[in-house]
Amino acid sequence: MSDPNASMAAAAPETVEKETYLGSDLPPAPGDKEKSRSLWSDAWRELKSNKVFIISLVLIVVFLIMTFFPQVFTFGKDPMACDLTKSRQAPSSEAWFGYDNNGCDVYTRTIYGAKASILVGVFATLFTMLLGGFIGVIAGFFGGWVDSILSRLTDIFFAIPLLLGGILVLTSFPASDSTNLYSEVAKVVLALGILGWTSMTRIMRSSVIQVRNADFVVAARALGAKNSRIINKHVVPNSLAPLIVLATISLGGYIGAEATLSFLGLGLQPPVISWGTMINDAQPYIRVAPFMLFFPAFFLSIAVLSFIMLGDAVREALDPKLR
Amino acid sequence: MSEHLLEVDDLYVEFRTRDGVAKAINGVSYTLDAGETLAVLGESGSGKSVTAQTIMGILDMPPGFITGGEIRYKGSDLLQLPEKERQKIRGAEIAMIFQDSLSALNPVFTVGDQIAEMFQVHRGMSKKEGMKRAVDLMEQVRIPAAKERVKDYPHQFSGGMRQRIMIAMAISLDPAVLIADEPTTALDVTVQAQIMELLQDLQRERNMGMILITHDLGVVAGVADKIAVMYAGRIVEDADVLTLYGEPAHPYTEGLLASMPRVDTKGEELYAIKGLPPSLLALPPGCNFNPRCPYKQEICLREVPPRQEVAPGHGSACHFWEEVYRARTDSAS
Repeated sequence: MSDPNASMAAAAPETVEKETYLGSDLPPAPGDKEKSRSLWSDAWRELKSNKVFIISLVLIVVFLIMTFFPQVFTFGKDPMACDLTKSRQAPSSEAWFGYDNNGCDVYTRTIYGAKASILVGVFATLFTMLLGGFIGVIAGFFGGWVDSILSRLTDIFFAIPLLLGGILVLTSFPASDSTNLYSEVAKVVLALGILGWTSMTRIMRSSVIQVRNADFVVAARALGAKNSRIINKHVVPNSLAPLIVLATISLGGYIGAEATLSFLGLGLQPPVISWGTMINDAQPYIRVAPFMLFFPAFFLSIAVLSFIMLGDAVREALDPKLR
Repeated sequence: MSEHLLEVDDLYVEFRTRDGVAKAINGVSYTLDAGETLAVLGESGSGKSVTAQTIMGILDMPPGFITGGEIRYKGSDLLQLPEKERQKIRGAEIAMIFQDSLSALNPVFTVGDQIAEMFQVHRGMSKKEGMKRAVDLMEQVRIPAAKERVKDYPHQFSGGMRQRIMIAMAISLDPAVLIADEPTTALDVTVQAQIMELLQDLQRERNMGMILITHDLGVVAGVADKIAVMYAGRIVEDADVLTLYGEPAHPYTEGLLASMPRVDTKGEELYAIKGLPPSLLALPPGCNFNPRCPYKQEICLREVPPRQEVAPGHGSACHFWEEVYRARTDSAS
């Protein structure tokens, strides 16, 4: 609200006639883009000057490049090209992160490992956001017995710990010898998503309940809007902010959960490369070749941290009460 | 019986709360014709807004329950219509303006979007056409530089301008009835007058019936054709404006008028009706006004006074309306 032009325009005196308004009083300065002042553009303005946001955004962009174009970082090296004679060699100028047990370049594998982790994180978040958000909107908007049933259902799922549930789901899958990255990722996404949606539902429900009785919803109804339209145009856009914040933060959490499952040997399976499987591989050699563990673990932490930082920054921008 | 545009007939509404049943409306009747402005006057909790919400069909049910009465619009009872039919009437036939225009507008869309939405939903227009109509409407409600401001968000407008936007939305589909629920309460006094003037002009241009809900006697005086005074969910007095102001026939109306600050009584202590409005959970027996009434007699504790005709078009629900009436007219002559 620091833009003086915007506040002046907002406080345009009632009595000023159109002519004077257009004339000397408040000439719309050319190039002065003061018109788009929605919640989102305000938030963007706030974010642009937030260092934490910039840092985490840069890191996330780097991770995204790793996901889709790992070649950019690996100078054409193949993560599957391994030479057993180089097994567990320490980092050197030739192989920055050293070699793992099978003589594969840890640096290349760490870069390629980003793909599985980021994909799991992004899709698990999208899955939970859509499912949880949808249930939350229905429960919050309609209330009454619909809400009671959906909320109890949420409570039941909420009571099962995410990892325990993930292990249960994954072990009940028939063992497949698929080595396709995407089907493996889909399996883990499902395992995490089936239990992860509950917190999204809860936050969406409470946010919808707050908005549901807002005057503009009543006004929209009084002016003839149907339920579907009220939900789409009035309730959802006004209650989305907390969900987005939670989603950004849980994205990091899902990446961590994927690594945990993979570390336990249940999530992604070799030959799919992920940070979790790399940490799993490194575990028996932690004393002889600590670098095998260190580098994937470091990348994992940075990835989780950057999403959590991003979530924090977004929350600060979207929730003016925290400013 | 001649047919009125809108007719509220012996309406009863109650709220079933955890603390008991709150009788919000206890037999309210009024009528509205095209081109007529009816002011519904009363203090908070007198049921004036609940009546409006019941007409619009936006009452929260539960806890609200309509326990009796009819609301006839162009002859058909709104309360019996299926929800789908009512949907068509809301906004297009009967529209409403709310008190707090900031919270009554969706903060995440531009005002143009929101006005255009009315045309998109009810008239199936394209977004572009809708926006064009939105600019027209904003000009009609006298918003300066409407073309530029149509892309602004609600919080970029002042309170008075926002209320104009609400009005633009409400009149967009040419409704036959406009309900204004305390349209000027959240505004400062100079702006209040402008908004009232705007409403009056629009109403005359379009020959709308308008129900103006307010607790402000000053707002009513210049605009309304007739007034219904509500107290504890009942209409205690109804008359045309001049009659009601000049010759009130109910002690509550009399008290209200006496408690208005006036220039000629400056410096004197302001009159106030003694006591508090009754709790709707436990209405006093008999006449609801009896604990505060200076004319109270024994009968007031027993019998609910029916509406009695003081003069054609002037009714009072008081056992002793004649005394109230005479006291006033005597002192005047």
